[in-house]
Amino acid sequence: MTAYLITGARIVGGDQADLLIDNGEIVAIGSGLDAPADAQTIDAHGLVALPGLVDLHTHLREPGREDAETVFTGTRAAAKGGFTAVFAMANTDPVADTAGVVEQVWRLGRDAGYADVYPIGAVTVGRKGTQLAELGAMADSAARVRVFSDDGDCVWDAALMRRALEYVKAFNGVIAQHAQEPRLTQGAQMNEGALSGVLGLTGWPSVAEEAIIARDILLNAHVGSKLHVCHLSTKGSVEIVRAAKRRGLEVTAEVTPHHLLLTEELAASYNPVYKVNPPLRTKEDVEAVREGLADGTIDIVATDHAPHPVEDKDCEWSAAAFGMTGLETALSVVQQAMIDTKLLTWADVADRMSYRPAAIGQAAEHGRPLEAGAPANVVLYDPRVERTVVPDESVSLSRNTPFDGMTLPGKVVATFLRGTPTVLDGELTR
Amino acid sequence: MSPAQRAEHPEISQPPKRSSREVLDASDISRALTRIAHEILERNRGADPVVLLGIPSRGVPLAQRVSARIQAVEGQSVPTGSLDVTMYRDDIGLKPPRGLEHTDIPADGIDGKVVVLVDDVLFSGRTIRAALDALGDIGRPRAVQLAVLVDRGHRELPIRADYVGKNLPTSLVERVTVHLTEFDGEDAVLIADKAPTGVKA
Amino acid sequence: MKHLLSAADLSRDEAQLILDTAEEMRSLADRPIKKLPALRGRTVVNLFFEDSTRTRISFEAAAKRLSADVINFSAKGSSLSKGESLKDTALTLQAMGADGVVCRHGSSGAPHLLAKSGWMTGSVVNAGDGTHEHPTQALLDAFTMRRHLGSLEGRRITIVGDVLHSRVARSNVLLLSTLGAEVTVVAPPTLVPVDMSRWPCATSYDFDAVLPKSDAVMMLRVQRERMNDAFFPSAREYTRRYGLDKNRMAQLPDEAIVLHPGPMNRGMEISAEVADSTRSVIVEQVTNGVAIRMAVLYLLLSGSNETEEQTA
Repeated sequence: MTAYLITGARIVGGDQADLLIDNGEIVAIGSGLDAPADAQTIDAHGLVALPGLVDLHTHLREPGREDAETVFTGTRAAAKGGFTAVFAMANTDPVADTAGVVEQVWRLGRDAGYADVYPIGAVTVGRKGTQLAELGAMADSAARVRVFSDDGDCVWDAALMRRALEYVKAFNGVIAQHAQEPRLTQGAQMNEGALSGVLGLTGWPSVAEEAIIARDILLNAHVGSKLHVCHLSTKGSVEIVRAAKRRGLEVTAEVTPHHLLLTEELAASYNPVYKVNPPLRTKEDVEAVREGLADGTIDIVATDHAPHPVEDKDCEWSAAAFGMTGLETALSVVQQAMIDTKLLTWADVADRMSYRPAAIGQAAEHGRPLEAGAPANVVLYDPRVERTVVPDESVSLSRNTPFDGMTLPGKVVATFLRGTPTVLDGELTR
Repeated sequence: MSPAQRAEHPEISQPPKRSSREVLDASDISRALTRIAHEILERNRGADPVVLLGIPSRGVPLAQRVSARIQAVEGQSVPTGSLDVTMYRDDIGLKPPRGLEHTDIPADGIDGKVVVLVDDVLFSGRTIRAALDALGDIGRPRAVQLAVLVDRGHRELPIRADYVGKNLPTSLVERVTVHLTEFDGEDAVLIADKAPTGVKA
Repeated sequence: MKHLLSAADLSRDEAQLILDTAEEMRSLADRPIKKLPALRGRTVVNLFFEDSTRTRISFEAAAKRLSADVINFSAKGSSLSKGESLKDTALTLQAMGADGVVCRHGSSGAPHLLAKSGWMTGSVVNAGDGTHEHPTQALLDAFTMRRHLGSLEGRRITIVGDVLHSRVARSNVLLLSTLGAEVTVVAPPTLVPVDMSRWPCATSYDFDAVLPKSDAVMMLRVQRERMNDAFFPSAREYTRRYGLDKNRMAQLPDEAIVLHPGPMNRGMEISAEVADSTRSVIVEQVTNGVAIRMAVLYLLLSGSNETEEQTA
């Protein structure tokens, strides 16, 4: 294995230091390091070194929709975005609701070698919300599933949700809820508010998210398990989670990059690239989720990378699929929304995008501070540059980025997965 | 004023302050219209068969003035109206869309009548060609005649006027401007060098 | 004007120009030869993804009277019903050389997408999209009201019914307020959007309070099936609270008129006596629809697409 000497990087945005990587580990951090003669030197002056990013919410689409994304292409996009681990959502076809499917996804990830893939298991059979899937079998499988979610659909039946939360206590699992009251969101197309009324698009009211989050927090308090809230998007949701944490209730929550930056006004274009679930909300909501992420109410950023083939977005709004890609732009969006606004430091970003998502997902290899002896999962990021997002430059199979044409700050220069570079000089290594 | 008139007679939309000279004053115009009224009566042996149709916008008040003179002479009113030709123009697909002017056909129609079209300036003849087409969709006159205040030449079609207030030989680089009190607060015909910005006349 | 997608696209001057042009078009309809040559050689496609015989016929008559070639492309029995995408349809129309596309679609924003996607270069007229807008309906309503009431400046116009799902209401509120009218929408609270702050109108839940202060009342069609989704308890209760019957009509000022975009649910939102009364201008709305659509097609399609407005 090639050894790498990274020189002059700002470690987690702090002081400059050199970083020696060998044998898959960080060997040393400091200055004047004693590098092996054949070590490759990377000049990282001006770059920020972060622990490899961990995405708790990725749609890799395989098996079933290999026209949108595969484990191979999705993890390449992850590496390009600085991620070394991704949690693959269960809404594949067939649904990841058995040990067989989760093991397949896990093996595809291992074979691809761009990022570690942690499959998420479905909570209910076929994600239909009526019968618990064999959660234990998935937990005991080679994929060692710990996160379970019906994402795309809400586990709306309160009794079933209670049982799911209780059941996963046996193997320290966590239920990641897609909070969406289904009756309040029938046919919903965009955030419900003044704009939806004008555009004639059926509204997706904030309360449909908030009601489920409040219910689930109380259910979880009752049974004492682990609840994670997926893609929280409203001011009210932030307030509910904040109040719960203040009372000492157990809950973790994520926000997507797009909900940190974009607002519902984009729907006025009727361009379905802006159609996503939960929908883009108001400016007030964006400010609230930023504050929530800053003060720790929201634990992590997760991309909800949701690739779709061109034909599923090149159509009228109501016929289009929900979702946006996000792996390759996540860090830049977080820089713009949180760093450049001084709401977070780079150390905070390491926490929100690496340590904590790894901890919630129980990915022991990942989310470790940059220190000697840790697995060499490292990102080098240049926050000083700007780039204009061009969908065709994406290494994802899909092109549905809402940041098309936007100028975003920063660029991932290198990503190391256990000491092996997956990205160097801003390009995939293979 | 409608865009239609602007496009056909760009010279009348912009009072030519620079180097314009008056070729007809109010009394010249008045005498010309009186003469035209008499000629129409002579030629048609009275007012009976005559219907006057002005082409908007300045043809309309001219038709009304001729009509008033005929009434004064004969003691009998002639049916007078207006005929918008916008939709019949041969350049309709070549220019930006234009608003329509009012078409007002007298109640008894034009079938079997002698229709006298009235316009301010006769130039290429294309407006009159459009008017003839428009008339054809309304009815079948016994005859169609043309009265204009000014004939400035440069015909592009085989069309001539039956009644002319003033023949005004012009160069293509000149602009002819008709002012009428109904629109402009004064009666005058002016001639000026064409604006250098290449407005089509 | 290149497209007509929303009543909000129209300035006051543009709206007046359409109404004035329609006035001329309407007077030309009495002539022996009804055809006008304005759109000779132009192709207008009626692209109807939803059935609407009345609207399609109205546009078809309008285009034909202007001498355009008309192609009807309806969902039933065509590739549209076999799942052909909007994009492929647009590419087909482009290949056929459509100068204007009149689009009716069940999805809000579909005409917007046709116009802005770059799939085709022709002008797009929104003939009703989802629960969004129906601008030519609003124009013909304004035209009808103007003929009866004169200028709409300061006129009080009341729109009653399923505002939430009504594209007619959206376009009318926008257009009528552009023309200076004071618009009030009246509906049960379940049938208005939850946030009306971006609508240039007032909202009331009390029909009887608004009636005596209305110069025109527009009744919207209310689908009985809405009661299955709990928008109101029963058709009977809806009619009692929001239907226009003879007694309510008597509360209107003497000169006030009654409109309905059709098709009517007689006995539901409007009683037969009101629909057939002398105040009702519902049949006239249909006549005016052709004149308005002639004006819109004429103003969108008669000129050159390439030439910009002259400054002269």
